Amino acid sequence: MSDLEGLVAAVRAGEQRAGARLMRDLDDRQPRALEALRALHPFTGRAYVTGVTGNPGAGKSTVVDALIAHYRATGARVGVVCVDPTSPFTGGAILGDRIRMQRHALDPGVFIRSLATRGHLGGLSRSTFDVVAVLDAMGYDRILVETVGVGQDEVEVMRSAHTTVVVTVPGLGDDIQAIKAGILEIADVLCVNKSDREGADRTVRDLLHMLDLRPDGDRKGVEIVNTVATRGLAEGSGIAELAAAIERHRALAWDGEPGKARALKRAAAQVAELVRALLADRAAAALAAGGGLEAAALAVAERRQDPYTTAQAIVDAM
Amino acid sequence: MSRKIRILVAKPGLDGHDRGAKVVARALADAGYEVVYTGLHQTPDMIAAAALQEAVDAVGLSIMSGAHMTLFPAVIDALRARGAGDICVFGGGIIPKDDLAKLHELGVAKIFTPGASTQEIVDWVEAVLRPRLDAA
Repeated sequence: MSDLEGLVAAVRAGEQRAGARLMRDLDDRQPRALEALRALHPFTGRAYVTGVTGNPGAGKSTVVDALIAHYRATGARVGVVCVDPTSPFTGGAILGDRIRMQRHALDPGVFIRSLATRGHLGGLSRSTFDVVAVLDAMGYDRILVETVGVGQDEVEVMRSAHTTVVVTVPGLGDDIQAIKAGILEIADVLCVNKSDREGADRTVRDLLHMLDLRPDGDRKGVEIVNTVATRGLAEGSGIAELAAAIERHRALAWDGEPGKARALKRAAAQVAELVRALLADRAAAALAAGGGLEAAALAVAERRQDPYTTAQAIVDAM
Repeated sequence: MSRKIRILVAKPGLDGHDRGAKVVARALADAGYEVVYTGLHQTPDMIAAAALQEAVDAVGLSIMSGAHMTLFPAVIDALRARGAGDICVFGGGIIPKDDLAKLHELGVAKIFTPGASTQEIVDWVEAVLRPRLDAA
């Protein structure tokens, strides 16, 4: 058996060390890891991927922790990907989402992986799709992807998840925030967490109003669920209701013909993203060969050349 | 493309003083590393399981409780039991000089005692962990 075959077999057998190392190599963009991912592709596509996004501090990690417990109680194996931001200044990151999920640390049916964005915009890391694919091939039935705490435009998770849950909390702003475009628009399920706080009714009302204003389309089935995720699976936490809403969206969106159309869109989005990433790599290589970005930008800074001509010249040199 | 160093910072055992661990985590992130922070009251098994899933290069432990002679070997054993004995274990905290040689013998790569600057820790990472990662 070749190294590659051995790795693929180990990942498919769910070996944590092999899977974790492959994820690391994918994150570090090692060419060999990409080969393994190619070989694993036929063995992916079984897992159901739920994205969890929302404002910083809304309770995404706690909601994910409670969902892990819910799915484990049904016997499903759960993979989790948590994304935290990389500092644009140092390139470093503190990945702290595990803290709220540590009670699952010793459960062999749960695999939690933290990723840093490494400069990728959109709320995920460039490797998120790849890490999800590895978890899928390892046999995790449910995969939860937690994005960085997002503002209003980090909507990439919608393209990598089957169902997108947007977590919000009472008291974040007036109703005009709710009718703005962006993050709330990508929700398949809206989760009002910390709903034991004052103002939860008002938040739900504002969100309902926003949904009513939507033009007819495939978003009409969006449900709003109240949760108090810190209560875990206890009565009144709303987590069972949240999971049920995710299942209803799954049936609505992914069964039958609409599901095929969505699967095509999802694959197209992944290919488009890969093309963008590969072009960016090539541009970076072309820039490096030409002495780097600052050398290229010198003429722009000194106003001898406009930035559009400079950029075009770099692309033409690729 | 160059690899990114990943380090897990954890507090095993029962002492609740995590200021030092947080300062070190922040200093390591400021040095450009990815730091997985798992918080207080971790058992050696939880730390090893997290280190394995996160595929880190090293585990940094902060121990103020006096239980370092038990906890360091316990984490190393838990890593080895999971086939992850290659993950480097280092640490800091209130650790008497007399225990340093013994801890080293038990497989702890480096101990930073009170007074060590965060720059010393970063220098050690560059000197010891970086070459290991580049060679891998």
